[in-house]
Amino acid sequence: MRGELPAYAGLFRMRLARGLSYRAAAVAGSVTQFFWGFMLISVLRAFARAGGSPLGDGQIASYIWLQQAFLVLGAIWFRDGELVRLICSGDAAYELCRPVDLYRLWFARLAGGRLAATALRCLPILAVAFFLPEPWSLRPPASPAVFGCFVLAMALATVMVVAVSMFSYALTMVTLNAQAGFLFVAPVFELCAGLLVPLPLMPDGIRRVLELLPFRYAADLPFRIWMGSIGLSELPGLLVAEIAWLAVIVAGGRLALGSALRRSEAVGG
Amino acid sequence: MIAVENLRKTYRVKKRSAGLAAAAAALIRPRYDTVEALRGVSFRVGPGEIVGYIGPNGAGKSTTIKVMSGILVPDSGSCVIKGRVPWKERKAHVAGIGVVFGQRCQLWWDVPVIDSLDLLRDVYRVDEAAYRRNLDELVSALDIGGVLGQTARSLSLGQRMRCELAASLVHAPDILFLDEPTIGLDAVSKLAVRGFIARANRERGLTVILTTHDMHDIEALASRVILIGKGEILHDGSFGSLVAGRGDGGVEAAVAALYGEMGIA
Repeated sequence: MRGELPAYAGLFRMRLARGLSYRAAAVAGSVTQFFWGFMLISVLRAFARAGGSPLGDGQIASYIWLQQAFLVLGAIWFRDGELVRLICSGDAAYELCRPVDLYRLWFARLAGGRLAATALRCLPILAVAFFLPEPWSLRPPASPAVFGCFVLAMALATVMVVAVSMFSYALTMVTLNAQAGFLFVAPVFELCAGLLVPLPLMPDGIRRVLELLPFRYAADLPFRIWMGSIGLSELPGLLVAEIAWLAVIVAGGRLALGSALRRSEAVGG
Repeated sequence: MIAVENLRKTYRVKKRSAGLAAAAAALIRPRYDTVEALRGVSFRVGPGEIVGYIGPNGAGKSTTIKVMSGILVPDSGSCVIKGRVPWKERKAHVAGIGVVFGQRCQLWWDVPVIDSLDLLRDVYRVDEAAYRRNLDELVSALDIGGVLGQTARSLSLGQRMRCELAASLVHAPDILFLDEPTIGLDAVSKLAVRGFIARANRERGLTVILTTHDMHDIEALASRVILIGKGEILHDGSFGSLVAGRGDGGVEAAVAALYGEMGIA
């Protein structure tokens, strides 16, 4: 007998392959993100010129381009439409007639879908942003070690986002309405993660609180590792905190999904 | 093999009345109705049997199937299948049964059927050689070789239902639950599905519980029928004895007359 892993890995690959075929959505997404990025950089540079900024000119552009390139990796509103349909129609309960763990099954599925969407969108944005003139360009990381840490932080960010998004799916299961499940969680998460306003530009008090919360690991932390504003020596402590948060969020998500499933018994002869 | 004893299940359904005022009131204090789906259902099924589980819409057929499939937890009563309680040892239980719900698609919707089947091989942890052998047999028996490369989304209902049957048996279970497997199928597909179920029962010794509204399914397949109405078992025996002496308008008319007589129509 083999382990359960091939099933989850298989579903992950299936969603990854499926996601990579959504080219038109990716082109549209990249173009939007590209213009949005230009606008944000212009606005933030204007603010910086008027009142000074904790981020230098080049750093603003780097943060914003990373933010735009990896937007769908961190954005809770990016959701698996088919899974939402499954939940709203009550068909999700039928997944229980497979000998698998529903949380892990959905985790693999969501991670695959999210990574595929991110891969399609980040490459064109990064490619263009590298070649823009200063101070608009994305600066490369200082060393291969920094880049390696960035990749590690991004991998953990994926786990974090998928784990948090599970609460949205659980909420959708209770309310039977995707809007409720996602509108509730998405804006709070994105604001706190640094996907709207870079965290270093937040007022000091708020920033200090946000840096203690788990959300920043989904975006702010990897971006700042890339930019070098968080040094590699600070990393071990941060990663320990992140993994502790992940343990809590995954455990909470399991409880939420379990109780949502118990409440959502499909009615029918 | 299957022992169901005094199974009860009630659902709580939100009560809605007409009108704006009632809607506003419900917003503040929702009221609930309880619907008794199962009111003490008991039966036993032995290995290799095909049992037709019939009854009008809303009688509790699907609820029973859901309980036996480990999807739904009953309020009280017991259900033991191959020595296991489905909702208590869900993973071990579902690994040994196959389930097809005619009104739901259990294949992954937007990938080729063969990818779904391969993934199910991993889900049920079937070893490759056994999977190949079993799959070849299923593909030829169900005549689905030509559609394996298509997505479930693109199949006709008849093709899809045959693929669903294959998918429910990749792990070679010895029990199969079929909830309206012939719903919406044309004559050719219906015959193919019936033929396959009969053959799987004969050759694999598969135990089958089948719900349907098509009495021809029952005539063709089930030597034994269990009739359920309003959550209670009303008959458990041969189909012939159930419809005997109820006119010669065919089985549909006989069953309609029966539902009327029993006050469960």
